[in-house]
Amino acid sequence: MSPSPSPGTPAPAGAGLLAARGLAKRYATRAGADVLALSGVDIDVAPDEFVTLVGPSGCGKSTLLKLFGGLIQPSEGTLSFDGRPLERPSRSIGMVFQRPVLLPWRSVLGNILFPVEMLGWRVGDYLEEANRLIALVGLAGFERARPDELSGGMQQRVSICRALVYDPKILLMDEPFAALDAMTREEFGVELLDIWTKRRKTIVFVTHSIPEAVLLADRVVVMTPRPGRIVREIAVRLPRPRSLAMEFTPEFKEHVETIRALIHGGLRGRP
Amino acid sequence: MSLVARMRAALREYAGAALILLGLLVAWQLVCDWAGVPVWLLPSPLRIVAETWKLRAVLPEHILATLWAVLGGFFLALASGVPLAVAVVYSPLLRRVLYPPLLMLQSVPKVAIAPLLLIWVGYGLSSRMIVAATVAFFPILINTATGLEAADAELLDLTRSFDAGRLKVFWKVRLPWALPYLFSSLKVAITLAVIGAVVAEFVGADKGLGYLILTSAGNMQTALMFGALVLLSLLGMLCFYAVVWVEKLLCPWYLPSGEQKQAR
Repeated sequence: MSPSPSPGTPAPAGAGLLAARGLAKRYATRAGADVLALSGVDIDVAPDEFVTLVGPSGCGKSTLLKLFGGLIQPSEGTLSFDGRPLERPSRSIGMVFQRPVLLPWRSVLGNILFPVEMLGWRVGDYLEEANRLIALVGLAGFERARPDELSGGMQQRVSICRALVYDPKILLMDEPFAALDAMTREEFGVELLDIWTKRRKTIVFVTHSIPEAVLLADRVVVMTPRPGRIVREIAVRLPRPRSLAMEFTPEFKEHVETIRALIHGGLRGRP
Repeated sequence: MSLVARMRAALREYAGAALILLGLLVAWQLVCDWAGVPVWLLPSPLRIVAETWKLRAVLPEHILATLWAVLGGFFLALASGVPLAVAVVYSPLLRRVLYPPLLMLQSVPKVAIAPLLLIWVGYGLSSRMIVAATVAFFPILINTATGLEAADAELLDLTRSFDAGRLKVFWKVRLPWALPYLFSSLKVAITLAVIGAVVAEFVGADKGLGYLILTSAGNMQTALMFGALVLLSLLGMLCFYAVVWVEKLLCPWYLPSGEQKQAR
């Protein structure tokens, strides 16, 4: 199909680093019925932007992330990455999941270097980088440990290092802190912002925690379920660098209230 | 833990079981001696040892014959089961073509096809290896196929995001992921290979522990029969623990659930 814009479909040209137009995803359930997981989604992600997707479960935020990752194909609409149609996974797009999904037989270092091996690059060239990341997330001394010797939080740190080591332009993170306890979680958020500032990356981050979404993001994309769609995008007016103390500022509280009203209002507003 | 402490712990752990077993053997001996049980019906343990010892010159030959049949069959099953599992996992067509005849083969008692194999391959070590392999092969195929498909779906998504080739994903993810599954089937397979080897020796052989059992039964040498049985089970145990040892060597990250506690 030619990429020429047809009436009714906005042209993807000139859009952000990641761009979606009229995106919809239908799943067939086992009973044979179609479920509309995502409908009419338009979204642009600018280079170096930190975007969070927030919404209740079933709002299609993970589906949207999988579409961005090229892991699944949309039922309708177009997706582009750097101006080109995104039809398959790209080496420039890294992923972090809710679970660490490490290779149980590999050491911390081996797991972090796993992408380098899979990409067919020279492992030796990335050893230094891997060690720097290990130190950055506070795992120094655990290089030779196997995943089953680590706590859940430590394993998740390894999976974040694994996504960073080959320096993809874009990081797609699907509730990466969901399995962590509240305190570790806040600490991780600040750590992630630190990494993001130092290495200039584009991050799309899925979460169901509204404060987390506000604290991390340049822009919060609020989604509602059945069918999953975007109800509003909110630019976060908080200065950088962010700190946990900002959670007590009026601006922060206002953002949280707005988003909460959108999500719950949206839920109540449905017939 | 020091060596001495470890030995002491092992002693505590196994002393009870060893004592009970020893007690049973003594009881068996005493019943045979005092109740006058005919020796062709139930020989005493000491009698079994004595009768078996008389054959010490030829025993190694019998043991080795069976051992080679077991090992040959086992490795034959391994060398055919794993590639077939790979084929079945990666090709739906091959799965549909291979499974029905393999299932048929599995459903036929191996004793029934052993004579046929002897006609085709001849009386020799190779035919006994093949019979042992046909018995040991199936669990390896099924478990390895299951293991190759068991790799974490999100992990496979991740490898797709690296745009990695299928061969690389196979070597670096799917195959190591399947190793614990493979080894759990190998532990079954090695004991089945012993059964297969003995079946083959029953049908046609001029040496081996199975052959020894068959001939001593024919001559009413019950004590010798018992001796061969004991040697056979020792051989099976030895092979089994060899597999366990290799498993620990190759999959140190994985411990069967029962051993988890002791390892920690």
